[in-house]
Amino acid sequence: MIRVALPAHLRTLARVNGEVKVHVASPATLGAVLDALEAEYPMLRGTIRDQVTGQRRPFLRFFACEQDLSHDGPDARLPAAVVTGAEPFLVVGAMAGG
Amino acid sequence: MTTVRLLVGTRKGAFVLTSDGKRERWDVSGPHFGGWEIYHLKGSPADPNRLYASQSSGWFGQVIQRSDDGGKSWESVGNKFAYDGPTGTHQWYDGTPHPWEFARVWHLEPSAKDPDTVYAGVEDAALFRTSDGGQTWQELPALRTHSSGSSWQPGAGGMCLHTILLDPAQSERIFVAISAAGAFRSEDGGKSWRPINRGLTSEGIPNPTAEVGHCVHRIAMHRSRPSVLFMQKHWDVMRSDDAGESWREVSGNLPSDFGFPIDVHAHEPETIYVVPIKSDSEHYPPDGKLRVYRSRTGGNEWEALTKGLPQRDCYVNVLRDAMAVDALDPCGVYFGTTGGQVYASANGGDSWTAAVAHLPAVVSVEAQTLP
Repeated sequence: MIRVALPAHLRTLARVNGEVKVHVASPATLGAVLDALEAEYPMLRGTIRDQVTGQRRPFLRFFACEQDLSHDGPDARLPAAVVTGAEPFLVVGAMAGG
Repeated sequence: MTTVRLLVGTRKGAFVLTSDGKRERWDVSGPHFGGWEIYHLKGSPADPNRLYASQSSGWFGQVIQRSDDGGKSWESVGNKFAYDGPTGTHQWYDGTPHPWEFARVWHLEPSAKDPDTVYAGVEDAALFRTSDGGQTWQELPALRTHSSGSSWQPGAGGMCLHTILLDPAQSERIFVAISAAGAFRSEDGGKSWRPINRGLTSEGIPNPTAEVGHCVHRIAMHRSRPSVLFMQKHWDVMRSDDAGESWREVSGNLPSDFGFPIDVHAHEPETIYVVPIKSDSEHYPPDGKLRVYRSRTGGNEWEALTKGLPQRDCYVNVLRDAMAVDALDPCGVYFGTTGGQVYASANGGDSWTAAVAHLPAVVSVEAQTLP
């Protein structure tokens, strides 16, 4: 079970409180986590990555275990601590107002 | 009892305002989707409790929301707007080729007959349609792939398709307007399109009378006379009596003919409204006076409507989709400002009150008249 921490606006859109948990088959990759997240919460499709290109939206970042995973490809394996559920996978909005 | 419902899109959420037929006191619900830009909300004429909303964010992209109970509850529906086929390029601001990129939905136009059918005007300019209540969206690609498409260029707000008019008399006829390409008409439900910009003159493009390239801000029609169109262009207020085949200027005595919205009285097809703005870079009313101008002659002769509107130190803007009329008699007229006011007139514009005064910047206003 992988823990995913979403930005507040996406928690509201998905109608969840706090972290969400998704099942991902081994090996757990960045792309597989996003696939599982969008399957469980279809309203999030297109809000984290473009539905046509699959590219991460430019004002979002992926962090875990104090590492920046934003530029990893979809096949990149997640850190072991994320896979075991010890650490969350963080979807973070760019720190900008508006 | 008659109810008027205003659907107000703002930079930071949607608001629903309701009043009885007197239109004196307004209940405000919202913000819905707080923190998101709501470019437009609109109800289905066939089922007024079916509402659609365009919700977008620089961080999270485009979401479409649907309500089946008049805005009390909402569910997100499909938000995949994929261009149909190769996207090609349009002109960037400096004239260089730039690939078509979807940014957001500017305008939602529900079908008059089917609550599940809605047209969406998007940036970069294209027309989409859903026939399943918003679950899936398909592009009508003939517009974007028109032979002139590679020469279209964005206005300051982006290359947006912002106006969709469905002809109530001819079901296959659709009018759209794009900044800054101009107006287009389809006679076959969107399978083919023709520019309808003859008579427009625009400085700032190489050929001021070119077939395309005009920054049309808004088009309006009265449903009883769908071949008569009124246009607020970047500069100039225009009129066509032949479904856009030709246009003539009707700016007349306006203090400035720059502006964004234009609308038509519900029961008087020759009575139209605009809000003059000082200039293309000074987006506020001339002389700090917020004035709606009304023409009862279909243009050229205009009167200032000022009662109840601020007449000093007012420097707000009124955006293109932020004016609407209701269907009551006397006709209600409404507009929202970038200062967060929604002004309401229950007497055709003779006098105004602020239905609500401190919203985020208003992007769009639609009025529903409910039995």
